[in-house]
Amino acid sequence: MARRGQTPSQTVGPFFAYGLAPEQYGYRFKSLADGDMAVDSVEGERIRVIGQVFDGAGELIPDALIEFWQANAHGRYNHPADDRKDNLLDPAFKGFGRFGTGTAADNRFQFDTVKPGSVDGAQAPHINVVVTMRGLLSHAYTRIYFADEADANAADPVLSSVPAGRRDTLIARRDESLPGRVYRFDIHMQGPKETVFFDV
Amino acid sequence: MDSNRDWSSQPPYLHPEYKSTQLRAPTRPLIPIPESLSERTGPVYGHEAVGALDADLTKNARVNGEPLGERIIVAGRVVDEGDRPIPEVLIEIWQANAAGRYIHEADQHDAPLDPNFLGAGRCVTDAEGRYEFRSIKPGAYPWRNHHNAWRPTHIHLSLFGPNLQTRLVTQMYFPGDPLFAFDPIYQGAPEGARARMVSAFDLDLTEPEFALGYRFDIVLRGPNATPMED
Ligand SMILES: [Fe+3]
Repeated sequence: MARRGQTPSQTVGPFFAYGLAPEQYGYRFKSLADGDMAVDSVEGERIRVIGQVFDGAGELIPDALIEFWQANAHGRYNHPADDRKDNLLDPAFKGFGRFGTGTAADNRFQFDTVKPGSVDGAQAPHINVVVTMRGLLSHAYTRIYFADEADANAADPVLSSVPAGRRDTLIARRDESLPGRVYRFDIHMQGPKETVFFDV
Repeated sequence: MDSNRDWSSQPPYLHPEYKSTQLRAPTRPLIPIPESLSERTGPVYGHEAVGALDADLTKNARVNGEPLGERIIVAGRVVDEGDRPIPEVLIEIWQANAAGRYIHEADQHDAPLDPNFLGAGRCVTDAEGRYEFRSIKPGAYPWRNHHNAWRPTHIHLSLFGPNLQTRLVTQMYFPGDPLFAFDPIYQGAPEGARARMVSAFDLDLTEPEFALGYRFDIVLRGPNATPMED
């Protein structure tokens, strides 16, 4: 069969808001996804994940688009490829969220979701993250793990494959100064705290 | 080094001529990830998520008349590297208007907005991987990357294929654009792959007395683990 070459990626550019996150940015076009990932009927422990994105000069990035893809509280993905019978599907939870860093005064992203369960018993609870922005010709993948899952994190095969000195960049930490269960996860594109990005 | 991503097709993170990459491109090697359900799955959208007029940008933001500019039809197929159609792919697009102006509030280009044009649309591919948009041909616009920098005419696209690995954000260009040679974003893609981002004028797709047709096929990554068949 003839092989066709992949279409190259290009940057999302600075003007994605009205197409990809219109309601968040106040445009009159329906958003397909936003930072509110868990309607009331979704099962699981409510969490909020917030963070900021920094460039190599330590400056806040105000035009990044962050996407979350995660399993539900039972560790099940709402996707046909996850057809396991032992992890419960929660039809109310799609598992996808999207937030641009251009609307909050502190350029944070903010996702209200549920804490994911362990997907397959081997992997610790985690959220898959797609990072894209002006200046990224190809998008970047990272993962969010949770500081309060120390045992599961220690056994996680992906975290274990990351050099020990860099694992911290993948761990979201509780921010006790804020009400509710809030985790903070900052993303550093470069520098000494450069976030681990994955070859997915 | 072996990579899950095909860097002979995909742009590197650092492309110094595109100035914004300099402080934003990751500098450390990517860490290979053993494939799991986390990568084999991804956001899925059914047709129910997309509105009836979402794929017609000439109609989806009308206020008091028709948008100005040259009407176009953009259509094609989404396929994998084996030329197999990929159904149920969500395609979201956004673009400048005919004057080269985005409605985005951060766009300070001194060109007129069009009250009847938003510039955003979306659709989902059918069982044969086909999609179609109607729109207005966008204009070229200046940017601040270097002296007298202008972006070639383009439409931005975001695609969700069957899993996280097939996520794609790209841009579609128009044939014969004289700005290709000067655009570090276009040039950021590997040389042999750049032409795949350029649509082709198609008389069969062109509608008499209505709009020019441009054909644009989009090729997403195939599955990692499954070897390509012959
Ligand atoms: Fe653009």
